[in-house]
Amino acid sequence: MKKTQTKRFPLPVILAIFFAACFLVLPLIFVIVQALSQGIGAYLANITEEYTQKAMLLTLKTTVVVVLVNTVFGLFAAWTVTKYSFPGRKALTTLIDLPLSVSPVISGLAFLLVFGRTSPLYGLLEGIGLKVVYAVPGIVLATLFVTFPYISREMIPVLSAQGRDEEEAAALMGAGWFTIFWRVTFPHIKWSLLYGVVLCTARAMGEFGAVSILSGHLRGKTNTLPLHIEILYNEFRYSEAFAVSSILVILALLVLVLRSLIEHRGRKGEA
Amino acid sequence: MTRSMKNNKGPGRRVIPGFGVSLGVTLTMVSLVVLIPLAALAINALQLSPGEFWAAVTRGRVLSSFAVSFFSAILAALINLAMGVLLAWVLVRCDFPGKRMLDGLIELPFALPTAIAGITLTSLTVPGGWIGRVFAPLGLKIAYTKVGIVVALVFVGIPFVVRSVQPVLEKLDGSFEESAFLMGADNWHTFRRVIWPEIRPAALTGFGMALARGLGEYGSVVFIAGNKPYATEIAPLMIMGQLQSYDYGGATAIALVMLAASFLILLLMNIVQARAARRTSG
Repeated sequence: MKKTQTKRFPLPVILAIFFAACFLVLPLIFVIVQALSQGIGAYLANITEEYTQKAMLLTLKTTVVVVLVNTVFGLFAAWTVTKYSFPGRKALTTLIDLPLSVSPVISGLAFLLVFGRTSPLYGLLEGIGLKVVYAVPGIVLATLFVTFPYISREMIPVLSAQGRDEEEAAALMGAGWFTIFWRVTFPHIKWSLLYGVVLCTARAMGEFGAVSILSGHLRGKTNTLPLHIEILYNEFRYSEAFAVSSILVILALLVLVLRSLIEHRGRKGEA
Repeated sequence: MTRSMKNNKGPGRRVIPGFGVSLGVTLTMVSLVVLIPLAALAINALQLSPGEFWAAVTRGRVLSSFAVSFFSAILAALINLAMGVLLAWVLVRCDFPGKRMLDGLIELPFALPTAIAGITLTSLTVPGGWIGRVFAPLGLKIAYTKVGIVVALVFVGIPFVVRSVQPVLEKLDGSFEESAFLMGADNWHTFRRVIWPEIRPAALTGFGMALARGLGEYGSVVFIAGNKPYATEIAPLMIMGQLQSYDYGGATAIALVMLAASFLILLLMNIVQARAARRTSG
């Protein structure tokens, strides 16, 4: 059956490939064509424009902070829920994964309720001169929430499959927890950690809904790249919108390439 | 050796040192990032009287946004279920040029920022766009209609079903399909009797994930939906609208209904997975 299916390309196979081409390939071609529609000179001018550059910088800063925090958290969380038994372990795992099933808009709303004008915290933070809502800290927090489980959930399956024997042996021989983590555990999870970091980066740089609620939409101040694209698009500056989009499209493709490389290396490493 | 054994009551339970620090850091961060915001949501919801809550979620415009959201998310997840299973099967069982590239591109909807997906799909499907101009003579409008919403949700949901079904199919021996085929079963029967029972839990998990994602999706939909009241407004957009008029209570009420729906999906998915696990272990 396999052979004949492969040779004749029956209708379902053609349908599947056509579907994938329409949804996955055509949009990429479209972005590039639109971005370059006014020529390469205009394209370069569009992506080096002042507000685009500022938005790019903000997205970069947010992404770096979020990925660093989530890496630290992911390592602690994955280690805690797989290397120790304690009551409430399953509940903790569910809680860590919760942001995955919360709409980004609802995440944004939640932070608005914690730090916004209606919250008792608002006056307190105002007193020390810290603005969270409609400012950069809010953008970072919202992005942090949305990407929170991304790194830990890549490592948890690997660590639970690996078991605790090696770590327990090391502990019984007198090794401290950091030595155990670094020398025994880390070599098992380095590929899944990297995988998680890549996924987290992709999501962090593109987050729109949650950030849109907490950003003040101030050009050059609290506008991330996706928000900047929205503004350009709504002002009918299509070629500029797609030029700026092309930066993120290229990064997205880079993420996909890295992803498949890591998966390949990871499989070889495990074998 | 004796030292670390003595510190733990249950022998071998917590031999590995560092439990306090690890649990402490994890719990602190989970509380700060996840628990406090969700608690704030709950507290704000409790401050609403049942009457206020009911009024906020049963306004005509809100009700129709729920209908649009649920209807299009379910439809999109069904399309994703069918196309996802098909794509996974094609990727596992067939060889064709460009297969590795296609395999890599499946996750594009995860990697591509939703706002870009939104503006791109919109520009492609407006009547003069590359795809829209094919359908316009047939009288089918995509952008700025409910069809557009479904298109955007299908796009963001593609990876879920494919990626949960693919590993199961890879493990499934192709010779079962072959023998079923040789014994005279046609394609449909082979699928129905041989493949589907094996991939069903994975496919349903992917379906649930696509559904949950579709219900909450915002970035890709707002551009293509056209956002006409009573027609193409989705529930997350209604939350945005309430926030713009500083009606935090109304926004919280709508958010609560949406959260309840996604937790219900999560619960059902866990039940499906637990049943599947019992079946394979028992």
